Amino acid sequence: MRQRRFAAAVVFGAFLAAGACHKNKPPIARPTPAPPAPASTGTRPPAPPEPVREAQPIPPEPTVTSDTLAGKDLDEINKNSPFQPVFFALDSFDVDQGGQQALNADADILKKYPGWTITIEGHCDERGTAEYNLALGERRALAAKTYLVSLGIPADRLRTVSYGKEFPFDPGHSEDAWSKNRRAHFVVTSK
Amino acid sequence: MTKTILFASALAGAVSLGAQQPPAQQPPAQPPAGPPPQQTEVTITIASTGGLPPKIAIAGFIPVTTDAETAAAAKAIGDVLWDDLNFEREFYMIAKDAAATVPRAASIDQLPIDRWKELGANGVIVGNVQRTGSGLIVRAKLVDVGSGRTAFGKEYSGSLDSIKVERARLYAHTIADEIHQQQRGLRGVARTKLAFSSDRAGERFKGPVADRGIKDIYIADYDGANVKRVTVSTTLNVAPAWSPDGQMLAYTSYLPGSFSVFQDVVVSMIYKGMRQTPAHGDPNRQNYLPAFSPDGSKIAFTSNRDGNPEIYVMNRDGGGMRRLTNNPAIDVTPTWSPAGTQIAFTSDRSGSPQIYIMNADGTGQQKITSESYCDRPTWSPAPFNEIAYASRAGGGYVIRVYNIENHESHTVSDNIGSNESPAFSPNGRHIAFTSSRNGRDQIFVIDRDGQNLRQITREGNNGYPNWSQ
Repeated sequence: MRQRRFAAAVVFGAFLAAGACHKNKPPIARPTPAPPAPASTGTRPPAPPEPVREAQPIPPEPTVTSDTLAGKDLDEINKNSPFQPVFFALDSFDVDQGGQQALNADADILKKYPGWTITIEGHCDERGTAEYNLALGERRALAAKTYLVSLGIPADRLRTVSYGKEFPFDPGHSEDAWSKNRRAHFVVTSK
Repeated sequence: MTKTILFASALAGAVSLGAQQPPAQQPPAQPPAGPPPQQTEVTITIASTGGLPPKIAIAGFIPVTTDAETAAAAKAIGDVLWDDLNFEREFYMIAKDAAATVPRAASIDQLPIDRWKELGANGVIVGNVQRTGSGLIVRAKLVDVGSGRTAFGKEYSGSLDSIKVERARLYAHTIADEIHQQQRGLRGVARTKLAFSSDRAGERFKGPVADRGIKDIYIADYDGANVKRVTVSTTLNVAPAWSPDGQMLAYTSYLPGSFSVFQDVVVSMIYKGMRQTPAHGDPNRQNYLPAFSPDGSKIAFTSNRDGNPEIYVMNRDGGGMRRLTNNPAIDVTPTWSPAGTQIAFTSDRSGSPQIYIMNADGTGQQKITSESYCDRPTWSPAPFNEIAYASRAGGGYVIRVYNIENHESHTVSDNIGSNESPAFSPNGRHIAFTSSRNGRDQIFVIDRDGQNLRQITREGNNGYPNWSQ
């Protein structure tokens, strides 16, 4: 972080210097009009215009990347989470292809923010029983964790907890609601 | 965080049973009054003809002192006693409005026996309630209509506080249990309690996406009255399990951890306000769904401490930790056999959740159900050698009971709504469970033969019932 800040300072310094150059740049020479021909003095051709002189090349605009996520607090991050949840089939804790894609993207975020600790919440839909769902939600959270660890995320950054069917994301009783409720959900718990 | 202890231990301890002198014509069948009282009056059993249950009427409890509180307590005792006796179906209880047609007795010794005989009663219960300077005295007797003799007669006393209607219920419960024991040789459940998890307080805590509802542990009388809150928290508390002595509840609580929340087994001494976490959970060693062994010395539970949900057992104080299952599948929600020698649990090692049994040391694991989806086994107390569980049926679940002798299961509940988390009463005759049949999740009780469905809770969502011994 310190290094990155330093780099930004250098770039910014260069930018200032460039601006300064620009201000002091001598005016571009304009072709001076030919002096009026003397009334009766022979036929001297007019002097050719002086060539345009280029100033120093203008340095390109600096690239300033703004990180909106890094500046947010945990609540803001979690309310509009950058992490994609992993969805599961009924009675299943297998991470399917869609789940793997989500976890690949999630791993990239975790690598970008190495200071973040996250909790993976395992959730189930209401069609399972309360007790088994506690274990099923746990397996879903653990499955997501195992996959992230396989992508190189340190296990000690990943907590898990199962809520079974206690906290459905969609309170409905439709296939659509159930499919949203069978998930491993990511919560940033420390940064 | 924790505890509400709201029991008049004074009452529980002070319901002293002094034997009432029987009428003069009956030879005294018991030794002079003095603790501990012995059941020595089983000489008269109220009987009916034709093998039908004896018909019992409650003539009422007469307030001896004339204040409103005594009158309210007297009425409550009569009403609750009627419900308690009706609950076990050992007696045919004569309807209260029919009983009201008989003139009230002026005293407990002046029953209009002939009128009760006309009404078809085989036995009549009458009593009185008297407020004294130091407390309450309740007398109850059961009169055999045929002979006019007293089959059961006792005097109970409690603190002044016990005059409050919700506390006076304990007199009725005690009378009902003693009448069931003396007349029918039955261990009644009138003094037992249900523990459950509920969001009835409507409190919420901050969640990562939206606020989430808290759940706390509550206890109530077996009939749903007298609800007391055991935990006061800002988290989830679920799946309470009674210790055999009724002094402790073990439950699953979501506790704050290092940058996380984790499940742990909390053991709460509910009348002392003390709690322990004997399994010593942390984010990497979560513990849930505890069950006390029948002798109270051990707790079986589920834990992910080795990376996968497995069944473990530990001593009550957390010592002697031992893993019982070792399978890459889910093993969860243990229940003990009445002798403490076996444990049933749910496992999905066959591909779907099914009920398994094993010896209490983890050996001899075998599958006992082969249905679509089964969960939450609960072993019946003796004399029934059976295990109740929730079984998927249609879009929800029904309560089924597996007979260990003949390996057959039968369905106990209907399939209205979803029916889950069965828990046997300590006499094995009733099953409490969670049902969504009326919309929200509520606790219901049903008899083991599928009759007598009763709704126990009505406020909020309620689940994970467990019945005290």
